[in-house]
Amino acid sequence: MPETSAGTLTTPEKPAKQKPGGTLYRGHEGMWSWVLHRITGVAIFFFLLVHILDTALVRVSPEAYNAVIGAYQTPIMGLGEVALVGAIVFHAFNGLRIILVDFWAWATRHQKVLFWVVIALWVVTMLAFTPRHLINVFSH
Amino acid sequence: MTAIEFPGEPRRRGSNLEKWGWIYMRASGVVLLVLIFGHLFMNLMVGDGIQAIDFGFVGGKWADPFWQWWDVLMLWLALIHGANGMRTLVNDYTNPGTVQKVLKGALFAAAAVLIILGTLVVFTFEPCPAGAPADLLPSFCAA
Ligand code: HEM
Ligand code: HEM
Repeated sequence: MPETSAGTLTTPEKPAKQKPGGTLYRGHEGMWSWVLHRITGVAIFFFLLVHILDTALVRVSPEAYNAVIGAYQTPIMGLGEVALVGAIVFHAFNGLRIILVDFWAWATRHQKVLFWVVIALWVVTMLAFTPRHLINVFSH
Repeated sequence: MTAIEFPGEPRRRGSNLEKWGWIYMRASGVVLLVLIFGHLFMNLMVGDGIQAIDFGFVGGKWADPFWQWWDVLMLWLALIHGANGMRTLVNDYTNPGTVQKVLKGALFAAAAVLIILGTLVVFTFEPCPAGAPADLLPSFCAA
């Protein structure tokens, strides 16, 4: 976009490129970690609402509980569980990063590096979890 | 003297409640990490994982007060943490007014009801209900 100068004032240099408002997080690791933290938090919350209700069926009858838990043991839900665990592992590790950044000056200065540490830990954890879970899901 | 406000600081509404909320999110987060990872490890990674879960599995776990308290603590911390986090989203995406009040009321009600329900479920659980087929029950019911 051409920057049309209205005239009068001579700005010494080109003004430091104006970023859109509330710029602290926009467009970089900080924003993505924030968006992901939010989305995963909401997803886990809604899962938890359902999960407490399905667990409550143990008070109804063994048959009722087993029927619902059977639904969690299908291949499609098995894949869903990988997504759920992926969301939790990210939210947990990134939550830890947020806490460190808030309380520890070193982490505040290195929060970008720490974001990639979170991603690396996520990958390692998911590599340990996913094959084992999928073998359980698909070998029955 | 009025305190200097940081631009990103949440609006002070009289008391310091928001600050305690902020601290709670962090304190509960650290504990939840341990509780939830332990929960997922026990239920998904050990043995046959998800395929081993049924009524008998739950009966076996809740026969031990350790796992009862583990689950109850996880229940309370996670629901309050989650509902408080959702409240932040409601504050961010709605304007003050009726809709906002209703949404916050719904969050509070959902968390309260599920905390009570979940706590009752853990502590009133009956592992050997009379008349249920024995093969669905934990092995210790046979006697
Ligand atoms: C696919 C993953 C999951 C499976 C298969 C699963 C399975 C179970 C099972 C079998 C129980 C009964 C008691 C026990 O085993 O301790 C239970 C209870 C519970 N789970 Fe999970 N769970 C999963 C994920 C989660 C997550 C992510 C959370 C937390 C956000 C969670 C929170 C709870 C709570 C709070 C209880 C106690 C419920 C009550 O008090 O009535 N679970 N879960
Ligand atoms: C596994 C361990 C967990 C850790 C370490 C953790 C940590 C955190 C932290 C540090 C925050 C940021 C609060 C702030 O910015 O003031 C947060 C926000 C949030 N958490 Fe968690 N949390 C965990 C589990 C959960 C669970 C189980 C749920 C759902 C029941 C959840 C839902 C949320 C939500 C909805 C938010 C608000 C997100 C936002 O404001 O953008 N978290 N969490």
